[in-house]
Amino acid sequence: MTTRRHRNAETASGKIIRWILITIALIFLALFLITPLVAVFAQALDKGWAGYWEAIREPDTLAAIRLTLIAAAFAVPLNTLFGIAAAWSITKFDFRGKNLLLTVLDLPFAVSPVISGLIFVLIFGAQGWFGPWLSEHDIQIIFAVPGIVLATIFVTVPFVARELIPHMQAQGREEEEAALVLGASGLQTFFRVTLPNVRWSLLAGVILCTARAMGEFGAVSVVSGHIRGETNTIPLQVEILYQGFNYVAAFAVASLLTFLGLATLIIKKFVEWKTLET
Amino acid sequence: MVLSLSCGLLFSADLKLLNVSYDPTRELYKEINAAFAKAWKAKTGDNVTINQSHDGSGKQARSVIVGLPADVVTLALAYDIDAIAQKSGQLPLNWQTLLPNNSAPYTSTVVFLVRKGNPKKIKDWNDLVRAGVSIVTPNPKTSGGARWNYLAAWGYALRQNANNETAAANFTKQFFKNVSVLDTGARGATTTFIQRGIGDVLVAWENEAWLSINEPGGKDKFEIVVPSVSILAEPPVAMVEKVAKKHGTATVAKAYLEYLYTPEAQDIAAKHYYRPRLKAVADKYARQFPAVPMMTIADFGGWQQAQKKHFDDQGIFDKIYQPGN
Amino acid sequence: MTTRRNVLPGFGISTGITLAYVSLLILIPLSAVFLSTAAGGWDHFRSAVTSPQVIASYKLTIGASIGGAAINAVFGLLVAWVLARYDFFGKRLVDAIVDLPFALPTAVAGLSLAAIYSDNGWFGRYLLPLGIKVAFTPTGILLALTFVGFPFVVRNVQPVLEDLDLEVEEAARSLGATRWQTFSRVILPTVLPALVTGSALALARALGEYGSVVFISANIPFKTQITSLLIITKLEEYDYTGATAIAAVMLLMSFVLLLAINLLQARSRRYQET
Repeated sequence: MTTRRHRNAETASGKIIRWILITIALIFLALFLITPLVAVFAQALDKGWAGYWEAIREPDTLAAIRLTLIAAAFAVPLNTLFGIAAAWSITKFDFRGKNLLLTVLDLPFAVSPVISGLIFVLIFGAQGWFGPWLSEHDIQIIFAVPGIVLATIFVTVPFVARELIPHMQAQGREEEEAALVLGASGLQTFFRVTLPNVRWSLLAGVILCTARAMGEFGAVSVVSGHIRGETNTIPLQVEILYQGFNYVAAFAVASLLTFLGLATLIIKKFVEWKTLET
Repeated sequence: MVLSLSCGLLFSADLKLLNVSYDPTRELYKEINAAFAKAWKAKTGDNVTINQSHDGSGKQARSVIVGLPADVVTLALAYDIDAIAQKSGQLPLNWQTLLPNNSAPYTSTVVFLVRKGNPKKIKDWNDLVRAGVSIVTPNPKTSGGARWNYLAAWGYALRQNANNETAAANFTKQFFKNVSVLDTGARGATTTFIQRGIGDVLVAWENEAWLSINEPGGKDKFEIVVPSVSILAEPPVAMVEKVAKKHGTATVAKAYLEYLYTPEAQDIAAKHYYRPRLKAVADKYARQFPAVPMMTIADFGGWQQAQKKHFDDQGIFDKIYQPGN
Repeated sequence: MTTRRNVLPGFGISTGITLAYVSLLILIPLSAVFLSTAAGGWDHFRSAVTSPQVIASYKLTIGASIGGAAINAVFGLLVAWVLARYDFFGKRLVDAIVDLPFALPTAVAGLSLAAIYSDNGWFGRYLLPLGIKVAFTPTGILLALTFVGFPFVVRNVQPVLEDLDLEVEEAARSLGATRWQTFSRVILPTVLPALVTGSALALARALGEYGSVVFISANIPFKTQITSLLIITKLEEYDYTGATAIAAVMLLMSFVLLLAINLLQARSRRYQET
C-alpha cells in the first residue's frame, strides 16, 4: 500500500517534473472539460435567474422533465437487476462464451444512436415485425411513452454491470466460497457477503445509469415523434428550444442535465472515497 | 332554450388533433391553432386541442409512414406527402387535388440573407458562385426545404444558359463548392449563419429570412436580398384520412385544413411572412412580399422526376461531390 | 494456474436472467438490422456499403475515432498519472471532473463545444487569427470524439497506477535506473494493458457517437460526414435496406473491436493473477 510519505518523497528534479505534469494536466482539463461546462451555465444565465426559472417552468419543459423521469424510473431499476445478475454470473463462474456474453453486453455502448432508435422502428413500426398486430389492437409503442422507455433501457443496459464487474472481479470468490463452506445459502451469501462489499460500486453504477438515461438524445429522437408537451424528453426539449432561437431557454434546460451530471460525479467520487476507506 | 344551451355545454366534446409539420412552422401554427380552437368552439361548442410535432419534413413523413398518428400533415413539399400516400396508403394518391391551390394554402420563395451592408455585394444567383463567397444552405438530401433552394439555383442556371443542362450542372457544382456548412435541416442552417457567424450568405426560404431579421438585433446585422428569379415553394397540407377516421376526427381535421384558407388564417400566415393565397390579404401585405418571377415545380417535371434526377442515390447532387469533380 | 470449479450457487438463475435479458433487449433488436439488410439482397448491400461517399465516411469516422483515442491515450495517461501519484490543491475536484463526458448528454456537449470553438466563440476567436479553425472542420469532429472518450482511459489506467508496487520502482532506482528508464521499463509495461483497454473503449465509444459530432461538423459529403449521418441520408431516400446495410457494417466493426478488448482484458487479468 502506498503512503503519503512515499508519494511525496522525491528529489528536486522530481519536484519540477511533478509540477510540470500537474500544470499540463490541469490546463488540458480546464480547456477541454471545464470550459464546455462553464459555457452551458453562462448561456443559461444570460437573462438572469428570472429568465432561467421562466424557461424551466414552461409547461412543455415540465412535461419533458416528467417524461424523462418516467423513462429513467423504468430503465434504472431494470438495468440494475440485470447488472447484478450479469455481474454475479460473469465474475463468480467460468464458462465458455463468457467473453462473448461480455461483448454483447457492451454493444449498446458502441452502437450509434441512430441505429438504436432505428431497431425499435423496425420492430414496432407500422410495417415492422409487430406493426400490424399493434395497429389492430390499437396499441402505440413507438411515438409514445413505451417506445421512449424501451430506447432508454437499451442504451443504458451495460452501465450497472460495467461498474460491478471489475470490482467483483478484483474481490475474487474466496469470501463467497468461505461463506458457502460455513453453510450459507446462495441468497444469504449474496446479501450478506457480496452486496456489502460492492455496495458503493453498485451505487456508482446506478447513478451513472440514471444520468445517462436522462441524457440520451439520439436514440430517443428517432422513436419520439416530437409531439410537443407529450413525447419530448429533456434532451429533445433542449433541441427544440435551440432550434426555435430560444438559446437562453435551451441552455437553461440543458443546465438541468448538467447539474444532474455534476451531482453524479460528486456522489460517485464520494462513493469511491468510501470504497478506499472500507 | 336555456335547457338546450346547457345540454349543449354538457355534451361539448373534447377533440384532439395531431398536426405533424416541418421545422419553421412552429411559430405559425402556435397562433393558427389558438385562432382555430376559438373559431371552432364558437361554431360547434366543442373544445379542440391541436398538438404539434416539428422536425425535418422528410423525417416527419417517414415517421408518419411507420405509424406516427398524425391527423393532418403540413409539410414542406408535395413529395413527402406523396411518399406517405404511396408507402402506407394512409391517404389517397390524389390528395393534392382535395384542397385548393394544390393543397398549399400559403407559399414562400427562396431569397438570400446577407450581412448588414452586404459587404460581398451579393445581388443575384451568379454572385453566389464567385470566388471567395461563402454560402450556407441545408443539405437537399436531408432537408425537404433545401430541395427548393437547389432547384431555384438550377432553374436560374437553365434560364441563363438557354436550357443547357451541362451549364446548369456546372453552375450548381460551383454553387455547392462555395457552401461551407451543409446543415441537415433548415433551422440548423439558419442557426449556423446567425449564431455561429459562418458564411456570407444564407440561402433560405423568405419566411425564415424574415424571422432572422426580426430576432433581437437582427435588423442591425442582416438584410434580405431578393434574386432576379426564384421558385414558388408550395408547402402542402393534407388530412391523413386513415388516422383521422380511426380517431373520429375527420370532420374537425377537414375543417382545420379548410380554415387555413380563411381570411383570419391567411392574415396570420402573412404576419409570419408566408405569402397568402387570398388576394385581399396579399394586397394588404404587399410591401413585405416583393414581386419576383417564379418557377414552379412543374417546370422541373414534378417532384417524382426532380427527385429521381437530382436527389436520389447517384443523382446529380451526389455527382457534384464526387472527388475529382 | 489452477482450474476453477464453479462451486458457488446461483449459476443457473443468474446466467439465465442475463442471457434472457441480453437476448431480448440487445440481440434480438440488433438482429433486426441484419434481417432488414438481408432482405435487401446481396447486390444492394454491396452497392450501399461500398459507395465512395460511404467509404469516405467510414474513413472519417474511423480515422477521427482513432485520433481521439490516441489523444486520450496520451492525455489520459498524463491525467491518471497526476491523479494517482501526486497530491495538489483541488485534486478531488479534478478527479470528479474527469467523468464529466460520461455524465453530460451528448447533444449538450455538442452545442457547447460548437459554441466555444466556432469563429466567434470563446476560444475560436483567438484561434482564428492563428489560422486554426476548429468548428465545422475535421478538427472539430476530432475534438468532439476526444471529449466523449476521455474518461475511459483515465478510469482504466488510474487504478493500475494506484496499485503499483512502489517497491519494484525503488528496486529499479537502487539498481541505477534513470527516471525515464524506470518509467519506460518498469511502469509502462504494467500499465500498458489498461492503457490499451481504455483507448480501445474510447475508440468503440467514438465510433458510435452522433449527438456531439453533428452540431460541430460541417457535414460536407466526402469531407466531414460521419457514417451515422449517411444512415440518415439513406433513410431520407426511403432506402431502408441501404441504411441498415451501412449500420450492419458499423455494428460488426464495433462488435469485433469490443470482443478483442474483452479477450485482451481477460488475458491480462489471468497474467496478473499468476
